[in-house]
Amino acid sequence: MAERYKQQGALAHLHLAARTAEGPEDASVRLIERPFQGQINLRGEIGDEAFRSAVESVAGLSLPETPNSFLEQAGRRALWLGPNEWLIVLADGEETALAEALRAALAGQHASIAEVGHSRTVIGLAGARAREVLRKGCSLDLHPRAFGPGQCAQTLLARADMILLQADDRPTYEINARRSFADYVWRWLEDAAREYGCALVAE
Amino acid sequence: MTRQQFRLAEGGRIDRDRPLSFRFNGRAYQGYAGDTLASALLANGVHLVGRSFKYHRPRGIFSAGAEEPNAIIQLETGTRSQPDLRATQVELYEGLRAKSVNCWPSVRFDLAAINSRLAPLFPAGFYYKTFMWPGRAWHLYEAVIRRMAGLGVAPTGPDPDRYEKTHIHADVLVAGGGPAGLAAALAAARAGARVILADEQSAFGGQLLGNGESVDGKPGAEWAAAAAAELVDLPDATLLPRTTVIGYFDDNYLTLCERVTDHLGPAAPPELPRQRLWKVRARHVVLATGAHERPLVFQGNDRPGVMLASAAQSYVNRYAVRPGRRAVLCANNDSAYRAALDLQEAGVEIAAIADLRPAPDGAGVEAARAQGIEVLPGQAVVATQGGRHLTGVEIAPLSEDGNALAGPSSTEKCDLLCVSGAWNPAVHLFSQSRGKLRYDEGLACFVPGRSVQAERSAGACNGRFALADCLAEGHAAGTAAAAAAGHGDDSGPVPKAEAEPVGAIRAVPCVPSRSGRANKHFLDLQNDVTAADVALAAREGYRSVEHTKRYTTLGMGTDQGKTSNVTGLSVLAAALGRPVPEVGTTTFRPPYTPVTFGTIAGRDVGDLADPARMTPMHHWHVQVGAVFEDVGQWKRPYCYPRQGESKREAVDRECLAVRNAVGILDASTLGKIDIQGPDARKLLNMVYTNAWNKLEVGRCRYGLMLGEDGMIFDDGVTSRLAEDRYLMTTTTGNAARVLEWLEEWLQTEWPDWRVYCTSVTEQFATMTICGPKARDLLAELVDGLDLDPAAFPFMSWRAAAVAGVPARIFKISFTGENSYEINVPANYGMAVWSAIMNAGEKYGITPFGTEAMHVLRAEKGFIMVGQETDGTITPHDLGMDWAVSKTKDFLGKRSLARADTTRAGRKQLVGLLTEAADAVLPEGGQIVSELARKPPMDMIGHVTSSYYSAALGRSIALALIKGGRDRGGETVHVPLLDGSSIAATVTEPRFYDSEGERLRG
Amino acid sequence: MFLIQCPWCGPRDETEFGYGGEAHIARPAGPETLSDADWADYVFMRKNPKGVHLERWVHRHGCRRWFNMARDTYTHQVLGVYQMGEPPPGPEGGDG
Repeated sequence: MAERYKQQGALAHLHLAARTAEGPEDASVRLIERPFQGQINLRGEIGDEAFRSAVESVAGLSLPETPNSFLEQAGRRALWLGPNEWLIVLADGEETALAEALRAALAGQHASIAEVGHSRTVIGLAGARAREVLRKGCSLDLHPRAFGPGQCAQTLLARADMILLQADDRPTYEINARRSFADYVWRWLEDAAREYGCALVAE
Repeated sequence: MTRQQFRLAEGGRIDRDRPLSFRFNGRAYQGYAGDTLASALLANGVHLVGRSFKYHRPRGIFSAGAEEPNAIIQLETGTRSQPDLRATQVELYEGLRAKSVNCWPSVRFDLAAINSRLAPLFPAGFYYKTFMWPGRAWHLYEAVIRRMAGLGVAPTGPDPDRYEKTHIHADVLVAGGGPAGLAAALAAARAGARVILADEQSAFGGQLLGNGESVDGKPGAEWAAAAAAELVDLPDATLLPRTTVIGYFDDNYLTLCERVTDHLGPAAPPELPRQRLWKVRARHVVLATGAHERPLVFQGNDRPGVMLASAAQSYVNRYAVRPGRRAVLCANNDSAYRAALDLQEAGVEIAAIADLRPAPDGAGVEAARAQGIEVLPGQAVVATQGGRHLTGVEIAPLSEDGNALAGPSSTEKCDLLCVSGAWNPAVHLFSQSRGKLRYDEGLACFVPGRSVQAERSAGACNGRFALADCLAEGHAAGTAAAAAAGHGDDSGPVPKAEAEPVGAIRAVPCVPSRSGRANKHFLDLQNDVTAADVALAAREGYRSVEHTKRYTTLGMGTDQGKTSNVTGLSVLAAALGRPVPEVGTTTFRPPYTPVTFGTIAGRDVGDLADPARMTPMHHWHVQVGAVFEDVGQWKRPYCYPRQGESKREAVDRECLAVRNAVGILDASTLGKIDIQGPDARKLLNMVYTNAWNKLEVGRCRYGLMLGEDGMIFDDGVTSRLAEDRYLMTTTTGNAARVLEWLEEWLQTEWPDWRVYCTSVTEQFATMTICGPKARDLLAELVDGLDLDPAAFPFMSWRAAAVAGVPARIFKISFTGENSYEINVPANYGMAVWSAIMNAGEKYGITPFGTEAMHVLRAEKGFIMVGQETDGTITPHDLGMDWAVSKTKDFLGKRSLARADTTRAGRKQLVGLLTEAADAVLPEGGQIVSELARKPPMDMIGHVTSSYYSAALGRSIALALIKGGRDRGGETVHVPLLDGSSIAATVTEPRFYDSEGERLRG
Repeated sequence: MFLIQCPWCGPRDETEFGYGGEAHIARPAGPETLSDADWADYVFMRKNPKGVHLERWVHRHGCRRWFNMARDTYTHQVLGVYQMGEPPPGPEGGDG
């Protein structure tokens, strides 16, 4: 296995770690990059008991059947992406092992397992005005009555695709963006947050 | 600095403790916080604010709001300058500078005013009749016309301000914050709905801010402030002052323009946007947009000093400004009487009220009479006097049918003439929502008819002009809207106002003049369209209001005819002798009032205008000075010029390095699709033209994809990763399209096929090393992988660690050299790239860009989708029948047997070698077999790719030529724009290593 | 801008979707047995009604599922959405 320190995230060129002291302490918007997450795109028929139970036992995760929702167990998440498609998010470095275990368990079945963690990066967006930043580029109804913790959605942020996930009601959002768009998405977010005062935070 | 001689000592919603200095047309004035530019000018006795569009007649402030046709100004100078704003809507700030538009050299002395004397020469359709012939000379006329007839000037520098756009959802959007809108918003918000209330003014209250009426026993403005305060305290109500609802689109999608800091001028905090565009999706919409007072059409009705009665009332009540010393009113309805009383109370002498109605009565009329105001029933102003300002009016009785004067006229001295031709509901948004308008004979205006969307109109915009009715209707609309959005009906009490019956009006489309002419009866004050122009258009055969509008330019100014459309329509209907509803109404298009481009663009400007997609090695390319080109949204290195090297020299050097040593290309942008499932092979067989049954695990194959029309739309190499798993590559630009194509067929046509597709384009950093030294270089970086061609043959792939990182290595070639395409997980891309560069140094490794790649593949005659194909090219056209299966079905196969795809004379791929070895043909150049002295010539094809080939020491080109494969050896010509031409010989489309020995390594 | 009800994701802005043309056009079995005219009819010919149109859309920036929609091309009203493989809904469906 490759040495993990050799990895370079999609936003490495922005040197965000060196900028974490920037911004007001009581900022109403906080931004952070969470690179290097293990992610597996999983496809299969949820009605197929063999598929479902194999995933549950190997990944330790239940797959959500409700559109635009995610389930979290033991630090792993399963996000609904489509009626036969999920995104499993787990710790960096665990992705290949889990993918291989799933492939073994689902051998001969109608399923698809693809590692995609390197193809995306995750940006955390939190704070009292995080919702206002997000709605500048997202046409979903983000009002607490319509979108809350436990929900996720594939949609657009300005001109880029994203998988949006709400983690808590502070609110904290995670924006899962495609790697090649990461520079655009980050700079768009930082620019959008400017009028509220924005802080870059460390994990 | 002049004193504010027309300012009242007290009253108004202005702050006398905050005087503000400003300049208009170079002169210094003072106003107060709370003023608009228009009210501050009037306070200083300035009425003359502009010149009309065509005749350059002097024009004064006419209204107090969005409908203003005359007071169109240019605000500020330099990059923050804004053209064509309405002085009636510009809030005053310290240091404001504005000037009139459309007058030169100055508003008081306008050289072009001679046009007014020549008015008979400028009839309707003047431009069409005069300047369109001869067409060739238009460029001569245009410059003159643009200078004479132009309005404001757009700034030329980049806009220094920020603009924002935002989405928001609401249960109930209320457009307009007058009495009806406030009542609606209160009712809906109290019932628990998420409410947005938007109003274009700085404060909520609408007409209540200017007309002195009371609600729930309180002065109207006070009630409005209390209502707004209650809404602010409700958790789910959003109040947007200074926000105009500008557009109403499908599915209750509305756009709002909020002027966030315009009113602060240079004092605006830099972190705030100047304006914000709100994109609202509302479950229900309440339109409470009010009404615009309608002017009356009579001779000389455009003189400065002529003003809408409600505007004059607003100026005294809201801004504490007397718009004149001695006023005459001319009205056909009751509302003007309240204005007269308020003006009188403010110290304006009321000379008379000419009321078109033969027997006006009602509370307002009686109150005016009780105050000693002379009411002249059945009379109208029939002419005005004065130059740059009104000095007097002629008043005369009207005949019973309103078409003639019924007696001698009298003259009244006055400096203010208030006109009121009753009210036009502001149905703009209703009409934009595709709602059907209905003509109300009694009110002589259009009112909302049948709704199409989840929307209701309330108050004056619904033809309900009495305050009590507005409040009741607003409350009911808000309650119903909240209920429709799933909330209760606990909407609180209905706000009350004194019920005052509204008397009937008398509609006279055009007040006759003594001369019988109507060429100074202005309908459209901004575009100088008169009743005579419309009558002429009718005589010339125009029947449709839409055509008449374009012919006369009625309602086509920056005000979009807010004060002129209905009066113009009435005149047209009268001229045609048809009822108004039969003549129709013009279409109301967004935006309701003009919006600056910055607001529409928002932050989608500069480098946020479009995403720039970057590969994992992008910043390395930047650091070594690569020149980039856009491929779709991707940034790809075009070439890597060294110090002092031209791009052409860099490309030549990069090409030779690949042919003679080793080059490295960042190919991460290629589309990659992971295809898994027992039916994966079946899918490949259907979407590719060739057969996939015999491809073994570990092997790769090139394939062409066709649309069902038989035309090539993509190509690429697909590799078999495992028994039921393939990795498909696509061209950079088509990655998303190909995945969607596969999904489309799987989901819509073959839903029972057991195969899934997943995009993994960005999971991998892809770097291609190629050239005679590529194998030696790779050998240094991999462990335990036999690179001998016998063990690792061309068109196969192997898994191995490259520089310690797990990789897939594909031995495929697009350059004709021995070539390895290395895929590693993207976050390791830079580490592996660096390792290759370090190890490659002794081999002379040279990074090469897209242009060298294009040259190298063209030398080999490899096609490039989008270059050799354009959606009309079949595999046969390109001589690629070898890639097309004769036995199996595939998408597009049947089309290859259609008469059109099999006919002789289709364009076919050939090579071209120019007679002069260093002449590079222009790509896209048209090809002829015989040169003529000048066009037209018979074009037989076009150049698709053309380069200088350093390896061959000459230029090469690929082309599509009719029947090209039978023209080998023929000489053809490519005529150039400068009249010269380049001669070339038709060859095979392959120039280098045609046996393909080099790429097998 | 339309608000389109994705059968899976719920109401989303039109910008998230791609348009796929007329629905219920099946790829003919045995294309090689068809005349040029019949094949061309399948490949090129589409209805262009003023009124109800049955058409395909894909939730491009969402769940990437294809679905059918009945839409009135004159009023812009979306009359309903239904899954691939399902027949058009009710009596208001049909070819308008």
